[in-house]
Amino acid sequence: MIRSLPSGKTYRYGYLLYVSFFYLFLFSPLLITCVLAFNDSNFPGLPWEGFTLDWFFADEQYRTGVFHDDRNLSALWVSLQTAIAVSLLSLILGTMAAFLFEQERFPFKQPLFFLSLTPLVIPGVILGISILLASNTAGLYFEEHWGIDIEILRPSFWLVVLGQMSFISTFVMLVVSARLKKFDPALEEAALNLGATRPEVIRLITIPYLKPALIGAGSVAFLMSFENFNTTLFLIGSDTTLPVSLYLQVRDGSTPLINAIAFILIVSTSLLALINLLASQRHKDE
Amino acid sequence: MSEYDLEVENLVRDFAAFRAVDHVNFKVEKGSFFSILGPSGCGKTTLLRMIAGFLEPNAGDIRIRNESVLGVPPNLRPVNLIFQHLSLFPMMDVKENISFGLKRRKIPQSTIDKQVDSILERVGLPEYGQKKINQLSGGQKQRVAIARALVLEPSILLLDEPLGALDLKLREQMKIELKKLQQQVGTTFVYITHDQSEALVMSDQVAVMDKGAFEQIDTPKNLYAHPKTGFVANFIGENNSFDATVSSSDPFRVKINSDMEFNARAMTGLSTGAECQLYIRPESIVINPLQNEPMNKFSVTVKNVLFDGANTKLLATIGDTGQEIMAALPQDKRFDHIQPGERLNVGVYDDACTCF
Amino acid sequence: MPYAGRLTLYFFLTPVLLWLFLLIVIPHIDLFVISMQVENDDGDMVWSLLNYQAFFEEKIYWMTFVRTALYAILTTLLTFIITFPVAFYITKVLSIKYSGFFTILLLVPFWVSELVRIYGWMILLRESGVFNHFLLQLGLIDVPIEMLYNDISMVMGLVYTSMLFMVVPLISSLEGLDDSLIEAAYDLGASKPVIFAKIVIPYILPGITSGSIVVFMLTLGNYLTPNLMGGKNSLWFTEQIYNEFIASFNWNQGAAFGFLLLVLSTFIIWLGLKLTRQNLSRALS
Repeated sequence: MIRSLPSGKTYRYGYLLYVSFFYLFLFSPLLITCVLAFNDSNFPGLPWEGFTLDWFFADEQYRTGVFHDDRNLSALWVSLQTAIAVSLLSLILGTMAAFLFEQERFPFKQPLFFLSLTPLVIPGVILGISILLASNTAGLYFEEHWGIDIEILRPSFWLVVLGQMSFISTFVMLVVSARLKKFDPALEEAALNLGATRPEVIRLITIPYLKPALIGAGSVAFLMSFENFNTTLFLIGSDTTLPVSLYLQVRDGSTPLINAIAFILIVSTSLLALINLLASQRHKDE
Repeated sequence: MSEYDLEVENLVRDFAAFRAVDHVNFKVEKGSFFSILGPSGCGKTTLLRMIAGFLEPNAGDIRIRNESVLGVPPNLRPVNLIFQHLSLFPMMDVKENISFGLKRRKIPQSTIDKQVDSILERVGLPEYGQKKINQLSGGQKQRVAIARALVLEPSILLLDEPLGALDLKLREQMKIELKKLQQQVGTTFVYITHDQSEALVMSDQVAVMDKGAFEQIDTPKNLYAHPKTGFVANFIGENNSFDATVSSSDPFRVKINSDMEFNARAMTGLSTGAECQLYIRPESIVINPLQNEPMNKFSVTVKNVLFDGANTKLLATIGDTGQEIMAALPQDKRFDHIQPGERLNVGVYDDACTCF
Repeated sequence: MPYAGRLTLYFFLTPVLLWLFLLIVIPHIDLFVISMQVENDDGDMVWSLLNYQAFFEEKIYWMTFVRTALYAILTTLLTFIITFPVAFYITKVLSIKYSGFFTILLLVPFWVSELVRIYGWMILLRESGVFNHFLLQLGLIDVPIEMLYNDISMVMGLVYTSMLFMVVPLISSLEGLDDSLIEAAYDLGASKPVIFAKIVIPYILPGITSGSIVVFMLTLGNYLTPNLMGGKNSLWFTEQIYNEFIASFNWNQGAAFGFLLLVLSTFIIWLGLKLTRQNLSRALS
């Protein structure tokens, strides 16, 4: 049953077997993807033809490694820029929302809070199309009535940023709120009592206190943006992001080049995940 | 030049319809240890927060070293506060916590280092500068919090029940340490607590507060020996209280249970026939008094011995009335034979019977 | 704080209002408005219910809609059934020494892009994939089998994709369940099924609700998994939306589909919250 209670052998081993299978199920697609990134074959599958780094570094006619593949490299660059912009902006907006709902009192607070949660339960596709439609409507309106063409309202880098921000901010807000809830306001009073001014209190006490939550929310926001497909699909202009570019390649047949990109993504996101988890573990007792 | 570090005049604070602090007046002498003692919800925290500047009063004045501080924000008042839960900054180490206030004053780092070292020395925590807050014990945190406030050399140090979170043994020890520390640094302490023993042990003056108003301001000894109101008599130390009627005013005598008469002391003007409360402290009751000793004598029936070491009490009923009374039972072997059901003669001196 | 005046309130309120109204409220109103319009012969937009009429008259549309809803519910159920024993094992059975490590291990794969994970399954399952290679090598089959592009592979992919969002709330609510409650029930003579039914499940119901809501919503709105792992005939409703927007360029029709999907997801989430007596803010935080 649980650690402290006795249980039968069959139950114990059966349970262990199930959990082991689960972990196998969890990791097998990732492991196989990584392994096949190093297979010396033109096709991502078995048999094993020997070890190669071609899919990373080659620059030949039939084998182009990741680091020479302009299409994917530029998509990666677009994704990185998007993710940086989205995570910074969402971090600011989400934190402000957390302060608003945790520390301020104003009329219609509850309905507004409810509204701020909805982006998490609206399917990403719908956020994508509704922002596309609204920006298009607004763009047409400005063009017809004032004859001005507003770049940002057409599918473009910044529209993607806005679209992703719309729901990633909610996520940031929830993470920061959770930490802010545990904040003892007496700490701020103590700082005031010791002679600090309001801005100093925020800079020296509140922000350092929120730091673990800000780092955690920021890195998850970065990944959510970097990997987003559903919302992005409808809002991109000519610059495709990496997930969209990969999707088009996977749909039209695959080469081990995709495994190589996947390998890089798996390794880097796992590292980021581990760093983030360790950091949050370290801050748990504060 | 006034002798007082803090003067509070006719201070009033309302929360909606509720009056939390009701026309409070007091003065705190320079370098003294002043306590405000009262049950929770009596308004003492509100009073303290007004002095610290976290709340503005609705009426009245607060003067620190002769200057009114009304409208002065908390970060500019020459008072520092030891918070109930100490509120040490968890993201900083001991030294950063203590130097926090000095840094706000733009004092050069070398001076700060010196001051931090010397205050750590003074509170008995040298070499603790680099420690993280969560590595400290309860008592050490206490001392860091005091060091953090004292290093700023405030005119007044306010303490908001800082011992409440400690366990009993440590609390006893910190009480003595706090008193010693205060005498050593000579800073005026204003201490609020609901624990009478803390207030009595440490303070030069204690104000007893109830329902937003001060009942009595006096030395600990006077509060105990000469309470001015029934609330104080009840709140300070333990007391037996009886409904009584004044049977004569000179000499002052009261009657309880319609037939028992006591010689007593009237604390307020009470005339013959008035209803009043008679208070008798358990420790003023003498068991088996000498025959010729002039005191109120009566017999009781033992119901129970409530053993509690030095605080052991006797629960008894007066005569045959069923009226309960508590008496202290000294643990000096003399009364070890007492059993429930036994009848005992007891006595109490006239001036240990107080009436309100 | 007594010093935080109106200014601070407006400082925080303004960006939040801009966000919620410009990016959420107005776009969704516009979505509805556009779904109620069609282009007439002169190329002008006129009010009409034709887009919704098309949905109900065209069997393929509403069949896909119903199919998507049912499969999303099925996926949510399966995700719970598969992940609950694992969450329970990690929090209550496994020695405390390892439970932290295995929790982290559980989370790591989900940080990786959904597309990469789906791609991994594709190279495992397809006709020329790794499984078929092993089965052929072992002599279990003579001809490769196509294991991809059917409803089973699609549901498996959907479950795989959304497991994290179930397992995290389950683990955190199980962590809050005091072992002594289970011990007390055991001590009072309850059997395992009774302990689960009467103690464990009721206690973690808020966790189940929030996990289910997120899994359901993500599955309903998923595009990649059904598109890449499902069969050619196994249409998913998001694919219909995509077709109208990108392929047919009929935005009015697409908006109507989008609005219907929004209504469906809102309704099911509302129903889930009602049935478990939860509210949205509790379920999400």
